[in-house]
Amino acid sequence: MFRIIWHRFKKNPLSVAGLAIILSLAAIALFAPVLSPHEPTKIDVYNVLSPPSSNHPFGTDELGRDLLSRMIWGSRASLKVGFIAVGIAISIGTMLGAIAGYYGGKIDALLMRFVDIMLAFPTFFLILAVIAIVEPSISTIMIIIGLTGWMDVSRLVRAEFLTLKERDFIAAAQALGASDPRLIFRHIIPNALSPVFVAATFGIAGAILTESGLSFLGLGVQPPEPSWGNILTSGKDNITVAWWLSLFPGIAILITVLSYNLVGEGLRDALDPRLWTSEK
Amino acid sequence: MLSYALKRLLLMIPLTFGITLITFTVIHLAPGGPVEVETEMSLKASAQARENLKKLYGLDKPLHVQYFDWLKRFVKLDFGISFVDGKKVFDKIKERIPVTLTINLLSLILIMAIAIPIGVLSATKQYSIFDKLTTVFVFLGFSTPTFWLALILMIIFGVSLGLLPISGIQSIDVSGMGFIDRLADWIKHLILPVGLSAFGGIAGLSRYSRSSMLEVIRQDYVRTARAKGLKESDVIIRHALRNALMPVVTILGLSVPGLIGGSVIFETIFAIPGMGQLFYASAMSRDYPTIMGILVIGAVLTLIGNLIADMSYALVDPRIRVRK
Repeated sequence: MFRIIWHRFKKNPLSVAGLAIILSLAAIALFAPVLSPHEPTKIDVYNVLSPPSSNHPFGTDELGRDLLSRMIWGSRASLKVGFIAVGIAISIGTMLGAIAGYYGGKIDALLMRFVDIMLAFPTFFLILAVIAIVEPSISTIMIIIGLTGWMDVSRLVRAEFLTLKERDFIAAAQALGASDPRLIFRHIIPNALSPVFVAATFGIAGAILTESGLSFLGLGVQPPEPSWGNILTSGKDNITVAWWLSLFPGIAILITVLSYNLVGEGLRDALDPRLWTSEK
Repeated sequence: MLSYALKRLLLMIPLTFGITLITFTVIHLAPGGPVEVETEMSLKASAQARENLKKLYGLDKPLHVQYFDWLKRFVKLDFGISFVDGKKVFDKIKERIPVTLTINLLSLILIMAIAIPIGVLSATKQYSIFDKLTTVFVFLGFSTPTFWLALILMIIFGVSLGLLPISGIQSIDVSGMGFIDRLADWIKHLILPVGLSAFGGIAGLSRYSRSSMLEVIRQDYVRTARAKGLKESDVIIRHALRNALMPVVTILGLSVPGLIGGSVIFETIFAIPGMGQLFYASAMSRDYPTIMGILVIGAVLTLIGNLIADMSYALVDPRIRVRK
């Protein structure tokens, strides 16, 4: 199964490039202590806002901290937020979508109205309202982005369940006396997962964008802990004198998010059975 | 059509009810809640003072009573008093809405004006260089943090070239200008915010109208139109485009919450006195009545956006009207 998917996935060179970039970013985040040339939080008052040079390839910020090192450490924040937030969103979305799709009727109608209501809130407003109450930190925003991002997944899973539960193999399992949880978890969910994987990949891209936006507004990852978003805040504060503070972190976000989107696109094509048959 | 519209309108009632319920729950999950905010500044606030404040806001009552009290006032558009300046929350929001709505409407128009032609062209010329270029643009559009793009454009057009103003919606000396100058000044201030908030939407909608168009072009009635010898432009515009645009309307409706949510970032960056900026300021100062007011109004605006989209969909597609 995985071999078929990989075989189809690698036909798209851009998606493969995206995957390569994602893997290298993960390696950079993992080996940040070894890779970063300077301490990310070391203040150097003699080198405040110095432009890119051989000692500081990306320049320094308003406290003289090395930008490249801060960006290397900052990659950890986006990776963590991306995966954990999407993990939360997918767990909730799959659970509620499965219940709605499997049981149908009133439960389904109620859950789907709940989804409609959640979708009516501009997500950014909802996130901001919660952050006004709870102290902003990296764990806060991971949880909030997850709690506000599950609706699309639940709709996808529900739709899969609606078609899958009519299929013969489910009737067969039912005839053999399988319980509801067993039917849901062992028989239907494994068959409903491919659109979820695709949505998860796009979801990580979205979560990284949201995290950087929140951190940029001072509501996400709190300094001195670096994140690409909060480095851009000092980019904005020093916009007239230090272009490098605005340029490099933004490009890092752009490339990362682009990579996840490209992988998502590749996965979608690779997992779409309609495209499998048309090829042979 | 009328019964469809009525049904759609009636559905808004439980949804709005749910919106108020979620808003209330979110805010009242707060550890401490509003009273802590008002008393945390002065450590000397006695237990008595706290109790008085709690009474004032009705916080000593059970939660469901508080909710229905709040809801009762809400229906009468009484959103309470802001913690920050003691003004009525409804008045504060009311004076901010026009700016935000204007910017969002302008960006919606911009999105349609640019995205639909792009989508149609790249569908009719599938796999051409133009199609490939727009695909690249679409992926960049999806992946660019727009607040960062805003910073870069501010550096280029505002700081380096000095062509465009980078904050507010009018110049300080605007009162001395004539109408034409004032309009020009206003447009100059809005170019960056409107263009930027449209940016992501253009990418999304052009992708969507492309695939919608690709589907329609393969339909039998398009082949029929060609077979009876119509000009290619007539086939595309009169037969294909009309049908391809129908689902696009729905997507426009769905993009409303994103636009409203995005206004927080743009209005903060460009110092535009709209609802987004007010929301950001209220969140920072924990101004609960204002936060709750904007949350509900933002969500209801989204519902209205969706309603308009569904209605126009029903207007152009008879199948929707007839179905049950």
